[in-house]
Amino acid sequence: MEDESQEIELTEDEKDLLKELLNESAELSNLGESRRKFLKNVSTVSAAILATQLLAEQKLLAFEPSGNAGFDVNQVDAMSIKLRVNGVEKALQIEPRVTLLDALRERLELTGSKKGCDHGQCGACTVLVDGRRTLSCLTLAAQVEGSEITTIEGLAKGGELHPVQAAFIKHDGFQCGFCTPGQICSAVALMNEAKNGEASYVTADVRAKSGSVKLSDDEIRERMSGNICRCGAYPNIVAAIREVHSGKAVVQNWDIVIKEKANEAV
Amino acid sequence: MKQFSYSRAVDAPNAVQTVSASREIKFLAGGTNLIDLMKEGVENPSALVDIVRLNLKQIKNLSGGISIGALAKNTDTANHPLIRQNYPLLSQAILAGASQQIRNMATNGGNLLQRTRCPYFYEVTMPCNKRAPGTGCGALEGINRMHAIFGWSEKCVAVYPSDMSIALAALDAVVNVQGANGQERSIPFTNFHRLPGDNPEKDTNLNHGELITTIELPKNNFAGKSYYLKVRDRASYAFALVSVAAGLEMDGSRIKQARVAMGGVAHKPWRATEAEKFLIGKTADETNFKQAAEAEMQQARPLEHNEFKVDLGRRAIVHALQKAMNGGRT
Repeated sequence: MEDESQEIELTEDEKDLLKELLNESAELSNLGESRRKFLKNVSTVSAAILATQLLAEQKLLAFEPSGNAGFDVNQVDAMSIKLRVNGVEKALQIEPRVTLLDALRERLELTGSKKGCDHGQCGACTVLVDGRRTLSCLTLAAQVEGSEITTIEGLAKGGELHPVQAAFIKHDGFQCGFCTPGQICSAVALMNEAKNGEASYVTADVRAKSGSVKLSDDEIRERMSGNICRCGAYPNIVAAIREVHSGKAVVQNWDIVIKEKANEAV
Repeated sequence: MKQFSYSRAVDAPNAVQTVSASREIKFLAGGTNLIDLMKEGVENPSALVDIVRLNLKQIKNLSGGISIGALAKNTDTANHPLIRQNYPLLSQAILAGASQQIRNMATNGGNLLQRTRCPYFYEVTMPCNKRAPGTGCGALEGINRMHAIFGWSEKCVAVYPSDMSIALAALDAVVNVQGANGQERSIPFTNFHRLPGDNPEKDTNLNHGELITTIELPKNNFAGKSYYLKVRDRASYAFALVSVAAGLEMDGSRIKQARVAMGGVAHKPWRATEAEKFLIGKTADETNFKQAAEAEMQQARPLEHNEFKVDLGRRAIVHALQKAMNGGRT
């Protein structure tokens, strides 16, 4: 019997092809669906083996797209709505009780937004609705018809990360990463709130007129309090936000240890 | 969540008419509390009428004060220049509540109608006279650290959770509502929410189907001397153990008028009238603040686990009044 744990040896050409495939498919679209479609198409041509492997892996990670996964529209009081997510309008048949979070994750296959507590207490499901941070777990999908919804999948422009995404990587603003999409969406909206001069509970004087507000670390902490991080990456999250908000580089407090450096240290 | 049907209201009269038809039908605005309660099975409406797009969002000056639309979002209300300038106490109280995400979603009318966060109310397998009248109160002899010290009854010891409402109580707000057949009425804020008495299932004096349209605030002279203090288990994004909305109007070195309202201590925003009465005509110093706090807290009836709220409340009143005198700065 074949040893399944054994890794398949790829030739140099195959490795290049795989690299190319992954790059191209990542660029194709924010929607996982497109990547799958792409891989399916590709599987019929020369890269058949590789693509099939990738497809199998995808199946393990995400269920197959099917128009109305999870429920039978004929059984319930279904309604037709259109949701505009990351610039793409999608028509959906849903029950009224479907939350925006479930519509995103289970129907539109945008699983970046996370279901943490599902009760509005953790912030993992935070998305932008018409530019404002919103808890998708406490929003019915039907309520946001006609609104512009942006999820973590829609923040990068092409291959370029949003500055907040890049800063989270630079400052190691996460450990397990589960709360990160919500943290980043929240922080993106926070930048605009500060620009608009919005106040917070720790604002020294709410009567003072202000254009844009310069946020202290205390202000950042207060304004991000709706996003819980159980790994406790808070200092790094604050550093990442401070850097993007201030436009001034904040010193990175970690580095990847490479062999030479490790030897130096010894 | 149980199945329900969903529709969007065309206008306020249409919404009122639809909801008035049955107790099973409810208004849906921001949804931050209702959707959560529906997930828990605490609320089980058969239909929701979405009112969030109705044109009840204006915040505007009136000759004698200000009018705030019931469907304006909490964020927009707290940051409105008229509110920040003339009613900073209200801005602070709104900003003390929940998180930015929730304030972006929540409407002013919905904020007023928040239900208690008493865990016995939320847990459907527990007895609760508010959720299921006649089943008893789980908190009375249960874990009642977060519960009331003022105005509770044997039927219910829950506290009302809103921060915004505590400021509105201190500012003598008036709630304007529209009922079936276009009937309108105005309810003084202190009479809007109820003490539990024998009917804790009723949070407010609103009738079913009545829609809050605007909240009005009269002019006042507290703007330069007010403060909202919120004391909680963690620094942010938690419900109050005790909160105090304080406002002082001075006549030279003497207090002409004082407003003190407390949150986290009763089934409704608790207007600290004993403290207010004591302060009139007194100088604004720590000794008088302490005596005012003492006068109010004498009426407190703590439960088994919340005696700390009496001491905390006493000190919170003093601290909030001092902050108010200091111009309300944090």
